Amino acid sequence: MHPAYSVILFTTSSGAGYGLLFWLSLAQIFGSTSHTHWSFFFTLALALALITLGLLASTFHLGHPERAWRALSQWRSSWLSREGVAAVATYVPAGLLALLSLFKLTTGLEPVLALLSAVGAVATVWCTGMIYASLRTIREWNVGLVPPIYLALSAASGGLLMGLATSLAGPGQVWLNVVIVLALATALALKLAYYRHIDNDEGKYTAAQALGMGTHGIRQIDPPHTRPNYVMREMGYDVARRHALRLRWLALLCLFAGPLALVLLGLVVGIPMPLIYLLSCVLAGVGLVFERWLFFAEATHVSMLYYGAARA
Amino acid sequence: MTCLPEKTDKKLGLVIDLDICVGCQACVTSCKEWNTGGYSAPLSDFDPYGAEPDGAWLNRVHSYEIDNDHWKGTVHFPRSCLHCEDAACVTVCPTGASFKRAEDGIVLVNPDTCIGCKLCSWACPYGAREYDQDDGVMKKCTLCVDRIYNETLPEEDRQPACVRACPTGARAFGDLGDPASAVSQSVEDRGGFNLLEEFGYKPVNKYLPPRKGSDKAPDLPTAPAKTTGAPIEKLFAWADRALSR
Repeated sequence: MHPAYSVILFTTSSGAGYGLLFWLSLAQIFGSTSHTHWSFFFTLALALALITLGLLASTFHLGHPERAWRALSQWRSSWLSREGVAAVATYVPAGLLALLSLFKLTTGLEPVLALLSAVGAVATVWCTGMIYASLRTIREWNVGLVPPIYLALSAASGGLLMGLATSLAGPGQVWLNVVIVLALATALALKLAYYRHIDNDEGKYTAAQALGMGTHGIRQIDPPHTRPNYVMREMGYDVARRHALRLRWLALLCLFAGPLALVLLGLVVGIPMPLIYLLSCVLAGVGLVFERWLFFAEATHVSMLYYGAARA
Repeated sequence: MTCLPEKTDKKLGLVIDLDICVGCQACVTSCKEWNTGGYSAPLSDFDPYGAEPDGAWLNRVHSYEIDNDHWKGTVHFPRSCLHCEDAACVTVCPTGASFKRAEDGIVLVNPDTCIGCKLCSWACPYGAREYDQDDGVMKKCTLCVDRIYNETLPEEDRQPACVRACPTGARAFGDLGDPASAVSQSVEDRGGFNLLEEFGYKPVNKYLPPRKGSDKAPDLPTAPAKTTGAPIEKLFAWADRALSR
C-alpha cells in the first residue's frame, strides 16, 4: 500500500496526542500530578494541538477536504466515520477541561470531564486501528493485533510526552515512569508478535482464484495499460524485503530500545529526567514514523493478483 | 446510507464470456467515451500522449496465459466493478457517497458528496474503483445507469456501452436475480462463476469459462498403408528409385 505522508503524520501525531490526553486525564482523576494550573493547561493544549495537527493532516489526502464534515454521517457501518465522530466528541470534554484550567475555575466536574476525555481518546485510537484491521483485502492489516498495537503505541508515545511535561513541571513521579516502561514494553511485544504473524502468512488467495480459474498456473502476458494506473500506484506499492527488514530494526531501536534504555538509565543514574524524556520523545517520534511507513509499505493488496502478484 | 440493502428487487449485472473475448479493448474505449460525458463525467486523463499516460478508466482488459489442471491457453480478461451483494466498498464509505441501489443492485458513487478518501478502493478486492485526481472523487462502473433507463435512446441502445460495443458478443447485460433471464440461463448452461468466490463478497457479474477443447484425438493414420505386391505397385516403386538417383 502506498504510504501517504499525510496519513503517517495523522496517525502518529494524533496517536501521541490521544495518548498524552489519556495519561493526563488519568493523572487528573487520581490527583497524582505535580502539575500546576499552567503546566496542566499547556500539557493539555499540547495534546489537543497534536490531535488537531493530525486531524488536519488527514484531510490533506482528501480529494475534497471542504466536504470532510460529511464523514461524520455513516457511523453505523464505517470505522472511518466512527473515528471522526469519536474524535469530534472527545474535543468536548477535553476542550472544557482546557477552558476550566485556563480560567483557573474549579467546578468539581473535572474528574468527570477527564474520565470522558480518557474514554474518548481510547475510542478514537481504537477506531483508527479498526479502519485498517477491518479491511479483508489487506492481509497485513486484517489482523486482530492491529487495533491493540495502535492503542499501545499511542499509550507509549503519549506516555513519553507526559513524562517530559510532568518532569518539566515538578519532581518526577514513580508511577509515571513505571507506566511508560510498561507501555513501551507492551507495544514492543505486540509489534514483535505482529511481525512474526505477517511473516508466517503467505496469503490465502492466488492469481488463479482471482480469475476464478483453478488455483495456480496464471501468467500475465499483456497488461491492460502501458504505464501504472491508480490501482497499481495506490495498492501495488512495493518495498524491497531487504530494506524492510533494516527499517524494522531501525524502527524497533528508535521506538522501543532507545527510550526504554534512556528511561531506565535516567532512573538508575540520576540524569535529569526532562533531558531523558526529551531525547526519548525525539527518538520515539523518528521510530514511530518508520514504523507507520512500514505498516503501509509492507501491506499487500488482493487486487494486485490481477497485476502479476502470485499470492495475496 | 452506506448500510447495504437487505435485498435488491433486481440484480442487474454483466455476464462476460471468456471463451469468445478476443481482447480487442473495444469495451474499454466505448466505456471511457460514454462515461466521460455521462454520470461519472469527467473521466480525466493526464499526459495521454506523453511518456507517462494516466487516467481514470472504469473497465480494463488483461490478457493471461493459463496452464493448470482445468485450463490451458490464453484468456482475455475484462475487469470492472462486479456490483457485489456484500459490497465492502459501500459499508466503509464514511460519507454515504457510495451506495447500493435497492431497486436494481447497482453500486454507485455520488460525485457531489464523495470526499475522495480512497478507502473504498482499499476495500475492493477487484481493483475496480479508480481515483480521478482532477475531479477529486472516486470513479467506478455505473452499469451505464444513464443509458439503461434512458428513454431518449433507441431501445437497442438501452444497455451498457461496453455490451453495445463488443464485436464478438462476449458481454451480456441483464437481471441475474431472475433465473429465467437470458443472462441467468447462460450462467446456468455454461457453468458461469464468480471471481474470488472464496472472498465472499458475492459479485453479481458472472464470467463464463473458456470451452474445453475436444478430448478426442483426430483420426490420423499412424503408418503408411501396407503394400499389396501388385505389378503396378512394383512399377511405381521402380520409377521412384530411378527418379531418386
